[in-house]
Amino acid sequence: MAYALVILIEIVRAVAGLVLISTGLMVIFGMMRVINIAHGEFMMLGGYTVVIAGKAGVNPWVSMLVLAPLIVGLFGVVAERLFIRFFYGRMIDTLLATWGLSLFLIGFVTVVFGNTVAGVSVSLGSVQIGGFRVSGYAFFLIAVAAVLLVATYGVLRHTRWGLIARGTMQNANMAAALGVSPSLVYMTTFGIGSALTGLAGALLSPITGVVPTMGIAFVARAFITVIIGGPAIIMGTISAASLLGTVSQLMTFATTPVVGDVALLFVAVVLLRILPQGITGKLFRRSI
Amino acid sequence: MNVNRREFITSAGGAAAAAAAAAMFPVAAEAAGEILIGGLHDETGGLDFAGKPMQQMLRFAVGELNENGGLLGKKVRAVTADTGSNMQLYQTLAEQMALRDKVNVVEGGITSASREVIRPVLRRYHVLYFYNTLYEGGVCDRNCFCTGTTPAQTVEKLVPYVMKKWGKKVYTLAADYNYGQITAAWVKKYVEANGGKVLSTDFFPLDVTNFGPTIEKIQSAKPDLIMSVLVGAAHLGFYRQWASAGMKHKIPMASTTFGAGGTEPILITPEEGNGIITCYGYYPTIDTPANKAFIAKIQSKLGEYFDGTMPLLTELSECTYEGVMMYAAGVKKAGTVDRMKVIEALESGMSFEFPAGKVTIDPKTHHCIRNVYLADLENRKFIILEQFDQQPPSDTQAVCNLEKHPDSNIQYQIKL
Repeated sequence: MAYALVILIEIVRAVAGLVLISTGLMVIFGMMRVINIAHGEFMMLGGYTVVIAGKAGVNPWVSMLVLAPLIVGLFGVVAERLFIRFFYGRMIDTLLATWGLSLFLIGFVTVVFGNTVAGVSVSLGSVQIGGFRVSGYAFFLIAVAAVLLVATYGVLRHTRWGLIARGTMQNANMAAALGVSPSLVYMTTFGIGSALTGLAGALLSPITGVVPTMGIAFVARAFITVIIGGPAIIMGTISAASLLGTVSQLMTFATTPVVGDVALLFVAVVLLRILPQGITGKLFRRSI
Repeated sequence: MNVNRREFITSAGGAAAAAAAAAMFPVAAEAAGEILIGGLHDETGGLDFAGKPMQQMLRFAVGELNENGGLLGKKVRAVTADTGSNMQLYQTLAEQMALRDKVNVVEGGITSASREVIRPVLRRYHVLYFYNTLYEGGVCDRNCFCTGTTPAQTVEKLVPYVMKKWGKKVYTLAADYNYGQITAAWVKKYVEANGGKVLSTDFFPLDVTNFGPTIEKIQSAKPDLIMSVLVGAAHLGFYRQWASAGMKHKIPMASTTFGAGGTEPILITPEEGNGIITCYGYYPTIDTPANKAFIAKIQSKLGEYFDGTMPLLTELSECTYEGVMMYAAGVKKAGTVDRMKVIEALESGMSFEFPAGKVTIDPKTHHCIRNVYLADLENRKFIILEQFDQQPPSDTQAVCNLEKHPDSNIQYQIKL
């Protein structure tokens, strides 16, 4: 019984992990249609923020929850102003541009900090469940993922700013005609997407370790989750992350992590064949 | 110029043959008045924590040779290259060292995969090769000397010790490549030989970082101890997640790899690392005058060779030092850098007093008969628990006999 509960917790943790790495992309790709191949490198910058702040003596919680989103968010704004904004509406071109950004960031960070692994240690103790012990950090990640989803939903659905953002993404010219500055909205949205990505990188760094190339492990999963999710970004991310996380984690328990990854990709391929528009292209169509 | 097909093939074939012939007989660097010792180690990338100290140690050893007047009256020079934890680079750089730099010997390779990339290259170009890492055993190649320990030397001692201390049910976690798979098989063999049982052996590719499900699986299997054969930086996540799940004090751990490369005990906090029992051919805490002198010498040369910080000395770096010194002794005895004469000199049963203790080259296998030590990690320091003198590499000895078959060129998969 306790074992079933532990498996359930691990599944929720895997789902939360997918949600964390996808929320930033959900905003940048799902809403803004910018194929941000540098998504993983934005996460990597979040990780490095924690490592560097840690060396400077900053409390790891402060650097994870405050500094990393702030710095990566600002970086996103700068990148948006410098060149991303010239590519709006040209989806394939954003892919090339951000791929260049990705290569640049990996190269730059390697030159500055070296191609070496830095570790971050934070501990939240552990929780006893029956005969099992589960890391407290797992619960923390689950909580953060839930808060992120609720907050994003709340902002997009219930605030004036969320309405403006959604409207601008749907029809920028009409929004401009109504007195909104699309350029400002785009910049802010991109910044928020980047901040969410930086937060994810920071939160995952104690688990994975921080290297210049750490983003590569995440970028494909994040895209798979958001694309499988489909047009309703929040509902889509929740449903895609739940499905993929459950399948891959169950397979990991039954066999090995390698088979778990294969299962995730297999489900993704099958789903895209059945639902080319993503899950919310067919189900939950009226949600956000 | 009018070239027909037939002429072209003959001339191209001739040119290729000439190039191949030139490659077969590299002009010895002797003419240049220097003896070149090549070093191929991962100074960057996922294995940098192991490769950097090895490369530094190689330069340090070469410096020591020069202080003592060089070799055969010539200066010795270290030619080092960073293989960046990348197998393609190993191939390219090994060829470069053999053909362009024309080094007399290459010391290097860390993972077994990288060794199997460069070993055939160096054999083809007739460049002597020293592999200085503990590994799964079985390499049988007259051109290659292996200074590190093999499972018959270490796992054989480690398994009975920890089983006696903690219990008979073992859960093995291993890296998913030849070292991990073969070592896991050795662990199973010794556990069963000591009347125990391996509950499960889980393999992980080198880039796996999330060990959550594994940790729950271990808890449900309820082993008496865990044997970790995990490798590399990504796998360090296991030790962290294990400690953060609060399992540290519930199920004890032994490892054939933890701390072997050096920085694991530094990257891992004492709370995460304390109590892990390991067994290697060298620990910096070996209490002999030779080892103390060795460490004192390194300390006096920190700025010159070690970027100003004391490296965490391990079997890997100490054996790299041994590899250089063995080559030097071979050259001295042979009176030349001629590859075959040096090999013959090294095969004469040479014995050394190294910081790790007495080390003898086994002529039959080109592996080393050496002391091994069992140690417990406490606050980033290895406390030596037991010492086993002069352990032969009996695993490789069971399959390899270079005296009988000097042309062997194979890594045997030792049958268990």
